[in-house]
Amino acid sequence: MTNRVASTLGVLWPPVLFGVLFLGAWEFIVWFWGIEQFLLPAPSAIWSALAEEIGAVWEATYVTGANALVGLLLGVALGVAMSFVMMRFRIFNDLATPLAVALNAIPIIVIVPVLNNMFSISTEVPRRLMVMLIVFFIVLVNVSKGLRQVQPLHVELMRSYAASPWTVMVKTRIPNAVPFLFTAVKIAAPAAVVTAFVAEYFGGRQNGIGYGITSSAATSNNDVTWAYVAGACALGVTFFTISVGLEKTTVRQAGPRRPGGATT
Amino acid sequence: MVGEYADVVLVDGATMVFNAAKPNRVDALVDVDLRVAPGDFVSLIGPSGCGKSTLLRLIAHLLEPTAGTLSVNGKSPDRARREGDYGMVFQQPGLFEWRSVRKNVELPLEIDGWARARRAERAVEMLELVHLDEFADHMPWELSGGMQQRVAIARALAVQPALLLMDEPFGALDEMTREHMQAELLRICAAEGTTVVFVTHSIPEAVYLSTRVVVMSARPGRITDEIAVGLGGDRNEDTREDDEFFKRITEVREALRADRDGADVRRVSGVEDR
Repeated sequence: MTNRVASTLGVLWPPVLFGVLFLGAWEFIVWFWGIEQFLLPAPSAIWSALAEEIGAVWEATYVTGANALVGLLLGVALGVAMSFVMMRFRIFNDLATPLAVALNAIPIIVIVPVLNNMFSISTEVPRRLMVMLIVFFIVLVNVSKGLRQVQPLHVELMRSYAASPWTVMVKTRIPNAVPFLFTAVKIAAPAAVVTAFVAEYFGGRQNGIGYGITSSAATSNNDVTWAYVAGACALGVTFFTISVGLEKTTVRQAGPRRPGGATT
Repeated sequence: MVGEYADVVLVDGATMVFNAAKPNRVDALVDVDLRVAPGDFVSLIGPSGCGKSTLLRLIAHLLEPTAGTLSVNGKSPDRARREGDYGMVFQQPGLFEWRSVRKNVELPLEIDGWARARRAERAVEMLELVHLDEFADHMPWELSGGMQQRVAIARALAVQPALLLMDEPFGALDEMTREHMQAELLRICAAEGTTVVFVTHSIPEAVYLSTRVVVMSARPGRITDEIAVGLGGDRNEDTREDDEFFKRITEVREALRADRDGADVRRVSGVEDR
């Protein structure tokens, strides 16, 4: 255990040192050249703004974080369910695969105003749906790949055991797809956070981080804007850390050699 | 049971054609007859593309023949497969990387619906047989290639099949490990009374292991010769330096060469059998 702590610290100190130096340089540059607050506030100014506005920032972070989390969970559930349907019925695979690829190529987030019109803008529903859509396609593409791309040798082996399609699914395809799912979640979690607060730029309720950033920036209240940005960063890092932690649990079980090929 | 049928494997006029109606038609096997008696260790040897792996897959019912009939343990290959009459070992171990060594050996037993406790007990027995019981709770990637292949053999033997089908099982191993594995295989087969059909590229391997070596030729794939080896039950490392051993090797080599010299002008098919 102490070894693990030591190795974690060993990995951690270079980026921490870099972060501290970076903030120090930032503070120094703002002070040395006397840069105006509305152009670039010093870290110390952002810190005091954050301390002052912590209640509002926390509330906004909570709202945006809840949207990201609900959308993420819905998207994962739907993506996994659809992967099984696609596995079972080839026709859905032929229909959905080009669609998923096409949707990955377009900035789907621009449909938020449409969702705002379809579902009331006085709720969080459009934002959560938007997050769900983004996550859904990431999960769908990866998990259906994991269900399909089993080793041919494993398939032959299962056939030699006269295993039923159900047994092949439970004992070969699903375990094979698990690391693909966690890879998808690792990609989808930060995407969910980004989507959740960018969706706020398109109108709707005025309560999240995205709104906090736009409204404070509009009044050149830059310290506060940066305080909200700090909240957004904290949210993104939290989501990413949790998803990486989840992935680690499966990697430890299955060994270092994992199937790659995750795509967004 | 043995009284009901004399042969563990009976192949009668088996023919296998791939892509029959297409320009890239391959006659993988033409009119092949083979009998394997209980306790036999039969090696199939021949150049790439001679259909030896195809023949093994027909016996395993991983493929259906284009023509001809087969029986395994006196049943259709389909029924034999469904009733778990054979165990199969491939060139790659093919272990499930998310399962521990023990759980890998338990896999065929799980599919057969064995109770958990019995399953665990048998898996440990099988791992003892291949001298890997200490590694029961390791994950496959923690084992060397030779050890993984021993786990695959333990897995194939777990249901105690009368017949073991092996497709170049030691092909990916280094020479030292290979010889060790051959000795282990003979010991296990003697202990379990298993009949074996064994595909290989290696003449010394075929001679060392087999009671009979079946020589095949390519395009079309057919059996050209059969050599009774019979080095006896007490083979050991000295056997590999025996005059008798070298004599048999020469015999098999000449059979392979005679076949090559006598072969018709080969049709270009460009297809290798795995």
